[in-house]
Amino acid sequence: MVEEAPVAAAAPILSVKDLEISYGGQKALSGVNLEILENEIFGIIGPANAGKTSFLKAINRMDIFTPGMQVRGDITFAGHNVKHLKNVYALRSAIGVVFPLPVGLPMTIYDNVALAPRLRGVKSKVDLDIIVEHCLARAALWDEVKDRLNSLGSLLSGGQQQRLTIARALSQEPILLMLDEFSIAVDPVTTMRIEDVLKELKQEMTIILVTNLVQQANRLADRTAFFLEGSCVEINDTQSLFCGGATDQRTTDYIEGRFG
Amino acid sequence: MFAETALNVRDKKVQGLFRLIFGLMTVLLIIPVLVIMGMLVYKGGSIITIDFLFTAPTDGMTAGGIFPALFGTVWLVAVALLISVPIGIAAAIYLSEYAADNWFTRIINLAIINLAGVPSIVHALFGVGAFVVFFKFGTSILAASLTLAIMTLPVVIVSTRESLQAVPRAFREACWAMGATRWQTIRRVVLPNSVSGILTGVILEVSRTTGETAPIMFTGAVFFTPLLPQSVFDQTMAMSLHLFVVATQVPGVPEELPFGVALVLIGMVLVMNSVSIALRMYLRGQKKW
Ligand SMILES: Nc1ncnc2c1ncn2[C@@H]1O[C@H](COP(=O)(O)OP(=O)(O)O)[C@@H](O)[C@H]1O
Ligand SMILES: [Mg+2]
Repeated sequence: MVEEAPVAAAAPILSVKDLEISYGGQKALSGVNLEILENEIFGIIGPANAGKTSFLKAINRMDIFTPGMQVRGDITFAGHNVKHLKNVYALRSAIGVVFPLPVGLPMTIYDNVALAPRLRGVKSKVDLDIIVEHCLARAALWDEVKDRLNSLGSLLSGGQQQRLTIARALSQEPILLMLDEFSIAVDPVTTMRIEDVLKELKQEMTIILVTNLVQQANRLADRTAFFLEGSCVEINDTQSLFCGGATDQRTTDYIEGRFG
Repeated sequence: MFAETALNVRDKKVQGLFRLIFGLMTVLLIIPVLVIMGMLVYKGGSIITIDFLFTAPTDGMTAGGIFPALFGTVWLVAVALLISVPIGIAAAIYLSEYAADNWFTRIINLAIINLAGVPSIVHALFGVGAFVVFFKFGTSILAASLTLAIMTLPVVIVSTRESLQAVPRAFREACWAMGATRWQTIRRVVLPNSVSGILTGVILEVSRTTGETAPIMFTGAVFFTPLLPQSVFDQTMAMSLHLFVVATQVPGVPEELPFGVALVLIGMVLVMNSVSIALRMYLRGQKKW
């Protein structure tokens, strides 16, 4: 029998070439070249103002909503250059986003999760019910809220709201999930639960995990990039990065907590 | 260790003094309101009956009721709102949700602020020139209501825009990031959470419009007509003008008549204001985030 080639996990879902982001002429990020593979968790670490959030915004074309934000270079997502995409709405709905501060929309928990399906035209109550339960369950929130789906999503606790946001992102049926420092306003126990959720989700989608916790990248990410002061210093296997294999001294310093 | 020093004592005295001054000023504020209301009720209360509200003036306006004026004011305000509310809300949504911050929107904002500062008599003259003469509506409810509408437009825009802006931007960004268009975001997130604030502003606006005299005086409201308006192209009597007329223009009016008219007018305004305030209080109790 012919040996099967090692499973080709190697298809890049996202590739970034010479990315440069500036705000009103002020450079925020430049010279980023990377590829993100299907079904990997791609970690991004780095101190504040490194350009991590800007990077995420460029991917789903949220630059349109940010006055003064300019993106140069090429971002290819699922085979399309996002710069030339006419239907940015389809692009965004294929990408789930979780923000640093949990944003439960001021509507019921049910409506929060049913919003994206409704936007794409799902009307039947039965279908919506199934989606809502499924997504909440996958975000490890169903058991806590199943009896009060009609209470306001924006009044849940921070940890619950963050899981609601994840459920909402899942309801988009995304191929890419981008989390921006999701644990900043979340208690450690919830953080752990969400981390478990992410490990599960990895089977079905690609995940970009921007994190303020270096060890979180260590726990979850397959590969990790280190951003610093508007440039991508290093991209490496998470394992080798955390076992002293960093090629750049600044990465080592950051990981070992010597600055940042 | 916690003993009072001379400095503490002085600070406390000063603090008490300021508290007293501010309190007095507040009390001072309600005195005119109480006096006005008291006087109106005292002098005009006796004349108000069901008949007074629902019959026309008689005997050269020295007797009878106020129905044509009451009816006319309701017409004028309703038509004015029908014009200014849709336009005002649409403009506010555009300015708050769509427009970029550039020289064009800055000019529009400047125009709105200036429009709000134009004296009502100037609006009246504009109304005569534009609607009565140029568009040939004649002195009519339509011309008067259009004039009122233009006058109230800036306030509708400003209050609506404030209600829209009270919805945090994070909600919009979360919605956009899910692939929603601007309109979908407005319809599903922004409007449901600001519609009550918008409504409050509009009601407050209605109450202001009710009492306006100058803008309708030359454009559609008349001294006296026993006929009720049949369409927006008819002239009509109006409460504010009627009050002016019976108070100053007609000889031999019994003293309680103008006070009665004023009381009804203020009553209309107060009822609407109370609805608006009640709505606002109800909404405050309903924190959504
Ligand atoms: N809307 C904006 N307008 C102007 N400058 C911005 C804006 N957003 C971010 N920046 C700047 O871009 C740089 C990178 O910011 P950001 O991407 O938020 O970094 P990070 O997420 O790593 O903290 C910072 O210097 C920040 O001040
Ligand atoms: Mg950030």
